[in-house]
Amino acid sequence: MADTATIEKVSIIVSKGSLEGVYPALIMANGARAEGIEADLFFTFFGLDAITKKHWEHIKLATVGNPGLHLPTLLGGLPGVPDLVTHYMERKMDKLDIPPIPEFIEMIADTGAGIYACKASVDLFELDKDDLVDQVQGVITVGEFYERAAGSQIIYT
Amino acid sequence: MATATYAGTAVPVDDEGFFTDPGRWTEPMAEQIAREQGIGELSDRHWTVIRFMRAQFAAKGTGPTVRVLGKTSGVSVKELYQLFPKGPAKTAARIAGIPKPRGCI
Repeated sequence: MADTATIEKVSIIVSKGSLEGVYPALIMANGARAEGIEADLFFTFFGLDAITKKHWEHIKLATVGNPGLHLPTLLGGLPGVPDLVTHYMERKMDKLDIPPIPEFIEMIADTGAGIYACKASVDLFELDKDDLVDQVQGVITVGEFYERAAGSQIIYT
Repeated sequence: MATATYAGTAVPVDDEGFFTDPGRWTEPMAEQIAREQGIGELSDRHWTVIRFMRAQFAAKGTGPTVRVLGKTSGVSVKELYQLFPKGPAKTAARIAGIPKPRGCI
């Protein structure tokens, strides 16, 4: 086997609150742990929805301004369409054994990954620790994030 | 094709060291592979996972992912990572003498 460099730790920033914004980060964090790589997730701005009790079961796919969906923007903006498309996507993911976001975050916490909320965003949205799901280990500043991320690969999503 | 020697027997393995022929694996090989993976001694709980890996491979032709292990092996995700800190599905597959599972979840 050739000697190759290895990744020891990843620090993944989740800044978007859409289904397609959240899942890639969760899959990367979970996949890192499965490979024995340390992982931290840092939720900032609208990404906070994924770890907010009120919202984490209701993360929606962006049906407007999303060219990859191949759906005309006007159609995507009609009432009910985001729910319809989100449910369709959730059913497809379930068939592939991809867990819903709450179950996925619980699992990632169980793998030993760190789950943190961005203080500036928590303040901006006027949330406090009780609004966040139990898996969140702390509300941290950007400086504390960089301290935790020392020596890791930082991935921004 | 690379080979590795476990319990005095040479067996074919892939580039990463996973068995390519699970039929060549025997239980006495497990302890030695585990030690090479940094696991000191295999407990009954380790063996629960190892036997589950082999049963799944025999039934489905591929090893289970961590999520499947957590849901169906009787060992929780949290405990799986305590038993196999360097990645449960990957490490257990190696010790169980089956190819590396390729799931993304």
